[in-house]
Amino acid sequence: MTRATGRLLIVWAALMALLSLTIAATLLGLGPAAPFVSYGIALTKAGLILWFFMDLRKDRGTERLAGFSAFAWAAILFVFLAADYLTRSTFASS
Amino acid sequence: MAHEEETATTENRLHGPFHDTARQHEADRLGMLVFLASEVMLFGGLLGGALAIRLLHPVDYGRAAAQLHLWLGGLNTAILLTSSLLVALAVEAVRSGQARLAAWQLRGAMLLGIAFLAVKGLEYTLEYRDGLVPGLAGAHLESLVHALFMNLYFAATGLHALHVIGGLALLGFAAASRLAQADRNAVVVGNIALYWHLVDVVWIFLYPTLYLARPS
Repeated sequence: MTRATGRLLIVWAALMALLSLTIAATLLGLGPAAPFVSYGIALTKAGLILWFFMDLRKDRGTERLAGFSAFAWAAILFVFLAADYLTRSTFASS
Repeated sequence: MAHEEETATTENRLHGPFHDTARQHEADRLGMLVFLASEVMLFGGLLGGALAIRLLHPVDYGRAAAQLHLWLGGLNTAILLTSSLLVALAVEAVRSGQARLAAWQLRGAMLLGIAFLAVKGLEYTLEYRDGLVPGLAGAHLESLVHALFMNLYFAATGLHALHVIGGLALLGFAAASRLAQADRNAVVVGNIALYWHLVDVVWIFLYPTLYLARPS
């Protein structure tokens, strides 16, 4: 087994452990923290796939920028969307 | 002219406008990554819709999510993560000149992709039986938010399943093409692998958005 193969197997084991963790966290019930935990784990899983499976760790600036840019745009979309819905009642009552 | 003929016969064919293969490979990969970025934004719109429904109706959203099959979704996540591993291993095998091993790993990933679709089909069948499909005569959904959630669920998972089918076709091509497996730079197999990994990444975000959003 080469080093590259061993690394991929370790990443896979970490991904499966994170999957078990996210299911366990859901079943345990974490209250208001639950979405933050499940999306935190999802982001970690996606990061592992992008960095090791998709080999962005070997890429140069331009490719990394292309790989991560859409996630940055999606994050901006979610922040603005949440800001709108979460502040509606605040401004309506003033 | 003689130089052009010589490069055309090597396994890494050089195409215009590039003057060296390294630059050409970089452009191939960059093009694929830009395309995948557009896919992320397509699914980002659906996830944004889910976020809006969840923020406005957190209780109804959670109750709707609780009716999905958490364990079948988890099984499918494990299936996709494992298929991603096989595809990543196949790219390593192509790079190290083990074309036969790569072909078997790609076929293994395809089998797992088909298993994913089979589990998805089973889930859809169970949801049809439970009357959770909006618009059908037998549907009995609790509220408008429940109907909205189920519409979002079928749109997002259906679009994802279409991507799985597309990915399976690409994997099938990669598994059958001796030329692609002989390329030590793994340009074709590498780019197909990128697509398959992204299908996995999309599912990784669909899982907490739809299945894990149950009230705790």
